[in-house]
Amino acid sequence: MKKEQQLDLYYQMVLIRRAEERGAELYQQGKIGGFMHLYIGQEAVSTGLIAAREPRDRVITAYRDHGVALNCGISANEVMAELLGKATGMSKGKGGSMHMADTSKNMWGGHAIVGGHLPIASGFALGDQYAGNDNITICMFGDGATNIGYFHEALNLAKTWGLRVLWVCENNQYGMGTSVDRASAVTEIRQKAEGYGMKNGQVDGMDVMKVYEAAKEALEFVRKEGQPYLLEIDTYRFRGHSMGDPERYRKAEEVKQWQENDPIGIFNKYLLDKKIATRKVLDEIEARAEDEVNKAVEFAEASPEPTLDELYTDIYAD
Amino acid sequence: MTKGFYDKYGAARVKDTPIAENAIIGGAIGAAMVGQRPVAELMTINFGFSAMDYIVNQAPKLHYMFGGQFTLPMVIRAVGGGGRQLGATHSQTPDAVFAHFPGLKVVSPGTPEDAKGLLKSAIRSNDPILFIEHATMYQVRGEVPEGEYTIPIGKSKVQREGKDLTIVTYCKGLELSVKAADELSKQGIEAEIVDLRTLRPLDMEPVLDSFKKTNRAIVVEEGWKSYGVGSEIVSRIYEEAFDYVDAPIIRVAQKEVPLPYNRTLEQAALPQVADIVAAAKEVMK
Ligand SMILES: Cc1ncc(C[n+]2csc(CCOP(=O)(O)OP(=O)(O)O)c2C)c(N)n1
Ligand SMILES: [Mg+2]
Repeated sequence: MKKEQQLDLYYQMVLIRRAEERGAELYQQGKIGGFMHLYIGQEAVSTGLIAAREPRDRVITAYRDHGVALNCGISANEVMAELLGKATGMSKGKGGSMHMADTSKNMWGGHAIVGGHLPIASGFALGDQYAGNDNITICMFGDGATNIGYFHEALNLAKTWGLRVLWVCENNQYGMGTSVDRASAVTEIRQKAEGYGMKNGQVDGMDVMKVYEAAKEALEFVRKEGQPYLLEIDTYRFRGHSMGDPERYRKAEEVKQWQENDPIGIFNKYLLDKKIATRKVLDEIEARAEDEVNKAVEFAEASPEPTLDELYTDIYAD
Repeated sequence: MTKGFYDKYGAARVKDTPIAENAIIGGAIGAAMVGQRPVAELMTINFGFSAMDYIVNQAPKLHYMFGGQFTLPMVIRAVGGGGRQLGATHSQTPDAVFAHFPGLKVVSPGTPEDAKGLLKSAIRSNDPILFIEHATMYQVRGEVPEGEYTIPIGKSKVQREGKDLTIVTYCKGLELSVKAADELSKQGIEAEIVDLRTLRPLDMEPVLDSFKKTNRAIVVEEGWKSYGVGSEIVSRIYEEAFDYVDAPIIRVAQKEVPLPYNRTLEQAALPQVADIVAAAKEVMK
């Protein structure tokens, strides 16, 4: 990967971290409501993954979607505005934290029913197959989502019909307060693809370059073979499941251990060690990300609320 | 919600499930059929749609379809309702949808006393019961009788007496209607509130008794108006007490839109105390 792109990935990861931290503050101030799930700790996953896609590849994910939205090129302004429920958000303030999409960026949403978007991803790929192109649908979901029927129906369909889907399981070790081993018969999620005769792999999700390489390879396979692939990416969320999670189900010690593997720290060290960037350059990148987030918050706060007649728009297309 | 259960009752009785609503409800059905008495927790009613076949197409049918050979003593507990800015898929009050199916009982309490008494009855009942609580009502405080008591399923109750008009409601609608009745009382209108408590089987007797006294009614529910609980109540009043009608009956319900995230819009879509007061004054004209 070229140096410029690597520095851009670093920028994206820091941008996500800062945006999430500000989001948490705004939530505490009561400016954001509903459920909000932070991506802190998991930045390398979608940053490496999305960097490996072609712009024509579609992305669909679950409710932990702010980082994915930013990686797909949705502006921090729009992400912040949607969090604050403003008319300038990409979903006009009607979707909120869990429902961020911009189809012009091939980001097809944030979906809040666990596993519900997986068959939809198969449908995207079916649409592309019928249209005769070789676009890939990248479908992201959590470890918890692999225990619901939707997952199994969607994978079976994709393999049976030869659909171009890259299934990406973000295994962050927990579904809410339930650890993987308490909810799943196999703890290595990639094994679930075996039952469908589907090619699969596993990668360390705290290292953005490793994620990128694994995703590149998987995408190449999917494109060339016209077959789905399941990639398990091991990661960890540093914060609670959503805002206000007392986190009684895990030990502070465990969280601390993972935090020593901070994906931003790891990449920072990599860039310095390989002499790809100086500390000064990285500091500048961090300042730029911070600045973009500050401006986004200002933009969102100054944006208008949706007007009351928006209640009745977009219920039907006709 | 189930805090302390695990420590008190142990791992054999209290199970943390995978996210697998079909397995949760289907599993409860199976366990009930072979003689156990499961309580399945759906987290929110919205996730019930992921297990719709089991809730409406299996649980209500099996006892009947096999000629009563076995029973399904099971409770599905679910939290419903809007008002927490959770967006369209997580904020619904689809009680009427579930109440449509004969064979399923649908209970939805509006006071702490009823919540406890009805839940006990539900667990002891030999039928499949969907027990719907409202997400924003866990803060409601109220008197609960000391000691052991139950409240029968399928019995509506007058929660407040009044002579001028009847407000028929349940669950969250009760909380709002009580506030509206206080407001109306200051303006010289005394509303009688009938709380349905159970949507199926529906007990119309207290509703009709009240209506025959007041001759005017409004129905308050949080769900959508079209094909809703209010539609059922109003039809039943017209069918069974037409001669007593002095004014058209009005339904107060949610605007016909999926609930938006934005707080102002969401509140505008949900029924408010002011809407109830306005509707009451309209039928009093
Ligand atoms: C069908 C359904 N059931 C339950 C829920 C409630 N719920 C929301 S997130 C979640 C945990 C999901 O865990 P996982 O898939 O591992 O994703 P993570 O939050 O760890 O990213 C649950 C149970 C839901 N949204 N949808
Ligand atoms: Mg998880």
